[in-house]
Amino acid sequence: MSAIDKETVRKVAKLARIAEPEERLEPLAKELSGILDWIEQLQEVDVEGVDAMASTVAAELPMREDVLTHDETGGGKPEDIVANAPKTEDHFFVVPKVVE
Amino acid sequence: MTDLTTLSLADLRDGLKKKDFTSLEATNAYIERIEGAEALNAYITPTPELARERATLADEALAKGEGGPLEGVPLGIKDLFCTHDTLTTAGSHILDGFKPKYESTVSAKLFGDGAVMLGKLNLDEFAMGSSNETSYYGNVVNPWRRQGENTTRIEAGKVVGGLTPGGSSGGSSSAVAARLCAGATATDTGGSIRQPAAFTGTVGLKPTYGRVSRWGVVAFASSLDQAGPITRTVRDSAIMLKSMAGHDAKDSTCIDRPVPDYEAALGQGVKGLKIGVPKEYRMDGMPGEIDTLWQQGIDWLREAGAEIVDISLPLTKYALPVYYIVAPAEASSNLARYDGVKYGLRMSEPGDSISDLYEKTRAEGFGDEVKRRILIGTYVLSAGYYDAYYLRAQKVRKKIFDEFEDAWQKVDLLLTPSTPSAAFGLGEKKNADPVEMYLNDIFTVTANLAGLPGISVPAGLDNQGLPLGLQLIGRPFDEETLLRGADVLEQSAGFSATPDDWWV
Repeated sequence: MSAIDKETVRKVAKLARIAEPEERLEPLAKELSGILDWIEQLQEVDVEGVDAMASTVAAELPMREDVLTHDETGGGKPEDIVANAPKTEDHFFVVPKVVE
Repeated sequence: MTDLTTLSLADLRDGLKKKDFTSLEATNAYIERIEGAEALNAYITPTPELARERATLADEALAKGEGGPLEGVPLGIKDLFCTHDTLTTAGSHILDGFKPKYESTVSAKLFGDGAVMLGKLNLDEFAMGSSNETSYYGNVVNPWRRQGENTTRIEAGKVVGGLTPGGSSGGSSSAVAARLCAGATATDTGGSIRQPAAFTGTVGLKPTYGRVSRWGVVAFASSLDQAGPITRTVRDSAIMLKSMAGHDAKDSTCIDRPVPDYEAALGQGVKGLKIGVPKEYRMDGMPGEIDTLWQQGIDWLREAGAEIVDISLPLTKYALPVYYIVAPAEASSNLARYDGVKYGLRMSEPGDSISDLYEKTRAEGFGDEVKRRILIGTYVLSAGYYDAYYLRAQKVRKKIFDEFEDAWQKVDLLLTPSTPSAAFGLGEKKNADPVEMYLNDIFTVTANLAGLPGISVPAGLDNQGLPLGLQLIGRPFDEETLLRGADVLEQSAGFSATPDDWWV
């Protein structure tokens, strides 16, 4: 696989929504390529017919009643939800205008 | 009167129940030590007032012969656990000022059992690091120091020549070793409980994935993260685990099965157990002392009646590369929530678009290591690379898991070194490439990938006087056998060295 170049870093940083200054792109390309080169050894492993594993827990996901709960995960606490937001209005998060 | 901070958590608990002393006395003793240990930078947010209030309530309960199993015991909480109305930072600038409106399940269980919180402990940013050098709140210093001229010391009010306490739970390990709390919570995604424990002469227990709830713990890599204790003794870890473990409907991966009395497993010995020694846990360039200590551990367990079995886990060397795909991939997704809108830092100027807001906030709020991992994660999940990297890593992970499953047909526990070296100097690996730092977790990361419980026990000192640890890995949900083995290692090693209070 090809090493990561400057343009790839630019693209990935954009996808990750992290503003990387121009002068960081080249050093980052080098660092990330170094890590990926080392990871490359996984190509040696024969994975033919092996299932991909996302979790070590085999248990089925539990189901619960579709009702409003009253613990910390429940509803009815708009003040708590916005308590830590840097900018709010009433019970809303405020963001820059997204529609012209 | 004895210095109450020298007591183990178990002895403190027993003394409190017998009313030999009060929780307020113990809590004040710890607060005094914390105030004298700012040089170690173990706490981000000490909470002395809260602690005294809680200790007073505990004393009222204890006076009436009531209270939970940890009533009045002062603990430190890693700053990755959300604590109600108490600043929770994850060691990151991006969570500036974040005071959760809820309590993590683990801290709620500990406090429900009567524990007193002394404060929030420093850590690598979002638990990403092996040396506690990525925290926005600065490096944590190991209370242990090398013998000789270049030893750690304070010059002009600054720590010079400090060693790392390990990471990411560096505040937890440093605080437990320096007696700044009776025990601490920690989390382990690739070794973040066991490696810091090994570097500080403390006991660190990573439970089976699914044993302890992750709810309210700031997420790093959700399929690997697991909370556990760092303590001064094996018994103390057993006590804390009992309080921390158990089903939680708020974490769908937290398994519903009874929590045994882990303390009862201690003292049962290892007679008749089969203990595997995997030959692949020997690294090029590993100091001879670590090899010698490993052999010593083998001898101790054999003398205690265990049967030692040489085994092979050939895929071991692929564990770290798998980890450095899976963990960043999950992290890039988990950390997408930090956007400058819901909590914490917000960077924006008039006229900025929402994209500018996201990009500026995340550029300013995340440190270099966190950014590096988000970028790697985003890359391996992106179109065109997903199959080659992420899917392949998940398949190799399955093979590593299966390799352990086979091993459990032959042995009950595995014995390995905890780390490939003793604690190194802060800044010593500053210019090394990231991979060199990642190699710290080479012996611990396998247990995370396979979801297995692991424990690091202090077993000896190297020629510079620094602690070294031995690791046991066990079957899923068999923390009891793990603790039996750890108990024997602890008894045999008779590790009694402590750091001198050079920082006071």
